[in-house]
Amino acid sequence: MRFVLANPGLDNRIPSYKDLERTEEEAGDRPKWDNKAQYILTCVGFCIGIGNVWRFPYLCQSHGGGAFIILYLILLVLEGMPLLLLEFAIGQRLRKGSVGVWRSINPYLTGIGIGSMLVSLLIGLYYNTLIAWIMWYLFNSFQNPLPWSQCPLNDNGTGFVPECQRSSTMDYYFYRVTLNSSTSIAESGGIHWPIVVCLLAAWTVICICYIRGISTSGKAVYVTAILPYIVLTIFLIRGLTLKGALSGIIYLFTPDINELTKPTTWLDAGAQVFYAFSLAWGGLISFSSYNPIHNNCMQDAMILTAITGFTSIFSAVVTYTVIGFRATENYDSCISDNILTLLNAFDLPEDSITTSNYEAAFHHLNSSNPDIVFGLGIKPCDMQKLLSEGVEGTGLAFIVFTEAIMEMPGSPAWSVLFFVMLFCLGISTLFGNIEGVVVPLKDLKMLPKKWPQEAITGVTCFIAFIISLLFAQHSGIYWVTLFDNFAGSVPLLTIGFFEMIAVVYIYGIDRFNEDMKFMIGYKPSIFWQVSWRFTSPLVVLVILVFYLVTQSQEELTYLVWDPKSDQFPSLASVPYPSWINLIIFILAGIPSLTVPAYALCRLVFVYFKKTNN
Amino acid sequence: MLRFSLSELLQLLKNFCFSFSGKMLEKILILLCLTSAAAGQLCKPDASDGYKVRLSIKTALGDQAYLWDEKEMFLFRSTMAYAMRGQLNQQFDVSNIIVCEETARVSFWFVVTSPLNTSNLVDKKSVEEAVRKHRNRINSAFLLTDETLEFEGIPRTLEAPFTPDTPPWLIVFGVVMGAVVAGIIVFIGFSVVQKKRKKNKKTPEDEDSEEEESRGKTMENGAANEGVYNMSFTDEERFTRI
Repeated sequence: MRFVLANPGLDNRIPSYKDLERTEEEAGDRPKWDNKAQYILTCVGFCIGIGNVWRFPYLCQSHGGGAFIILYLILLVLEGMPLLLLEFAIGQRLRKGSVGVWRSINPYLTGIGIGSMLVSLLIGLYYNTLIAWIMWYLFNSFQNPLPWSQCPLNDNGTGFVPECQRSSTMDYYFYRVTLNSSTSIAESGGIHWPIVVCLLAAWTVICICYIRGISTSGKAVYVTAILPYIVLTIFLIRGLTLKGALSGIIYLFTPDINELTKPTTWLDAGAQVFYAFSLAWGGLISFSSYNPIHNNCMQDAMILTAITGFTSIFSAVVTYTVIGFRATENYDSCISDNILTLLNAFDLPEDSITTSNYEAAFHHLNSSNPDIVFGLGIKPCDMQKLLSEGVEGTGLAFIVFTEAIMEMPGSPAWSVLFFVMLFCLGISTLFGNIEGVVVPLKDLKMLPKKWPQEAITGVTCFIAFIISLLFAQHSGIYWVTLFDNFAGSVPLLTIGFFEMIAVVYIYGIDRFNEDMKFMIGYKPSIFWQVSWRFTSPLVVLVILVFYLVTQSQEELTYLVWDPKSDQFPSLASVPYPSWINLIIFILAGIPSLTVPAYALCRLVFVYFKKTNN
Repeated sequence: MLRFSLSELLQLLKNFCFSFSGKMLEKILILLCLTSAAAGQLCKPDASDGYKVRLSIKTALGDQAYLWDEKEMFLFRSTMAYAMRGQLNQQFDVSNIIVCEETARVSFWFVVTSPLNTSNLVDKKSVEEAVRKHRNRINSAFLLTDETLEFEGIPRTLEAPFTPDTPPWLIVFGVVMGAVVAGIIVFIGFSVVQKKRKKNKKTPEDEDSEEEESRGKTMENGAANEGVYNMSFTDEERFTRI
C-alpha cells in the first residue's frame, strides 16, 4: 500500500542523513550509552517486570497451559516484535524522546507523545507503590521468625485475633498490618505511615539511580537487570527439590486445546504481549535515541523478543514449582487434620488411619456411622482447588509465596532473596518509566532549561511522591487496582495503535524503509512490511475493540477485604461508587484522547493565527 | 494397660483365692468391690468435675514413640498429684487421681478426689488451674507438647509472638535511606564542584572571546566611517597576556 497522507515540511523537521553522519563523528550534548550491553540490559530490565512473575504464569495456567504458551509465542513474534522494531528504529533515526519524535513527524501528532508521558506518569505512580510494598516486606524479612508466620494474641491472651484466626497469618499481615485496608474505596481512613515511609524510600532510590539520567541508571542496570535471573535460577533449583514441585509444573503445562477456541484467551494473550514489551510508554523510543546511528536495531528487536519469551516461560516454571509445593503442603495438612478428627471422634489408635488408607477408612466409617461423620464437618481436600488458589498479582507475591517460603528451611534468607528479586524487577522497569516522563517534560519545555538533570529528576520524584500519597491511605490497595486496570490497559493500546498509523501512513513506510536501509544496511524483509502495514495494527485494533466492548458490558466491581462480609476470608465483590466513572475517565480517557484533542487544539490555534494575519 | 471390668476382676480373684481362708478372702473381696464401685461412680465420661485427656504420642515422637502402658499411666497419675499438690497445698497422692474409660487412641477420663475425704471430688476449676500452672512440667514428663497432650476443655496459654525492642525493619530502612541520601549528597556535591572547576577554566577564555566579539562589532560599525582597522597587533597582545 502506497497510501501516505500529505506531510509537508517533514524534511525540515528531521535531521538528514548527512546531519546524522556528522553528529556521529562529533561529540554531542546528547547522552550516549557506554556500551551496547548497557543498552540491551536497560531494555531487558524495562521489558521484564513484576508482571512476568505474577501475571503471565496465572494467564498461562488458566488458559490451557502448554497451548497458551504456543499462542503467546506466536503473538510475541507477530504483534510484539514489529512494534518493538518500529519504536527502536524511529527513536534511533530521529534522535529524540517520545514527544520530540512525534513532533518531528508532524506537529499535529505531538499528542501521541503527550499521551505516552501521561500514561508513563500514571503507571509510574502505582508501580512505585507496588515497589514500596515490596520494600516493606524486604525490610521485614531480616528477622527470624518471619513476622507473617504468627498471629497476634487477642486481649485476653486466650486466643488469636479473630480476623487472623479466620483467615490466615499471611492475609492478616498483608491486609491489616501492612496496608490496614478499609472496606471500600470511598473510605479513605487516613494515611498509614509505614507505607509513607516505604514510598519515601522507593522514590529516593529511584531518584538516586536516575539522578544523572542514563549515565547513572545505565550503571544501575548491571545489577537490577542481572540479579533477577540469578535469583530465579536459585529458586528454580530450590523449587525443583521441594516436594510437590512436579505437580505444580504439570498443572501449569497441561494443555487444554479447547481454550484456544475462546476469544478471551486470544485477547489475554495479545494484551499480555503488548504490556510485556512496555510499548507505547515512550521509554523505548528515548533509549534508542541514544544509540549510534548505525546500530543494528533489527537484531536488538529480535534479541529482546527472544529474551522476553524465554524469561516469561522460565519465571512461570519457577513460580509453579513453588505453587505446587505450597498446594501439596496444604493438602497434606488438610488430610492430617481430617485423620486426626476421625481418630479423635472414634477413639481409634493413632496408626490405624494413615494418608495411604485414608480414603478407604473414611468410606468405611461413613458407611457404618454416617451421622457421626456428618456431624464432624470434614471438608474434602481438593488438590486442584489448592493449586488454583490466589495465584495472580499481589495475592501471589504477598500471600502464596510468603506462605511457601515460611515452610522452607532458612526462610528469612529465601524471603530476602525473593523480595530483592521483585525489587530489582520493578525498579528496572521504573527506569524506563521515569525516562518516559522526564524527557518529554524537557522536550515540552515545561521545566526551566537552566536546571541541571539532577534538579529535574529530584523535582519530578518529589512531586510524584506527593501524588502517590494517595496510595498510602487505608483504601490504597483499591486505588492501585483501579490504576492497574484502567491506566495500564486502554490508553496503551490506543497510543500503540496511533503510533503505528503515524509511522506507516503519515511518516511513510517507504521513507521508513529507506531509513532502515541507511541505518542497518538492508531493507527489512517482507515479513516486517506485512506486519507493519496490516497484521500488527489489526491485532491491536481488534484487542482494543474487544476490550472496550467487554468492559462496557460488565458492571464495574472490585474486590474488598471485609471481615464482616459473608465470603470472608475470600475477598468480597463490591460495585464501585458512581463517582468512580469520573476517575476512570481521567485515567483511561484523557491519555487516549490527547492525540485527537491536541490535533484539534492545534488546528483551531493555527486557524485563528491565520485569520488574525 | 489391660482393661478390667468388675466381673472379670471378681472372677480372677475367685480363681486366685481358693488357697486362702474364706473370711480373709471375703474381706478383701468386699474392700475391692467397694473401692472399684466407688471409683466407678466418681469417674465416668462427661463427669462434671472430670477432664478428658488425649495423647498423640506417635505424632509427636514418630520412631521414638514409647508404648503407653500402666507404667506411663502411673507416671500420669503421679504428675497430676504433683500438680494438685502445687495448686492446693494438700497432700495429694497417686490414689487421689482416678482414671477410667481408656481407649486405644490413648485417651481417658480422670477425676481428682480430695485427700481429706476420698468420696469428694475436687472441683473442676481447681483442677484446670493446676493443669495450666504446671502445663510445661506435665508436658515435659511425657516429652509431649500442648497439642499432643490435650486436656479437652482447658485452653492453652498462648505465648505472645516475640517482638524485639527496635523493629528490625526500621534498622534496615535506616541503613538503606542513609546510603541513598549519602549517595545523593555525593552526586550533587560532585556536580557542584565540577561546575565550579569549569567556571574557573572558562573565565580567562571568556574575557578573550568577549573582547574579540565587541571589537568585531565596533569594526563593523566603524568600517563605514573609519576604514579597515588592523587587528593583528592587538590580537597578539591579547594572546601573549596568557
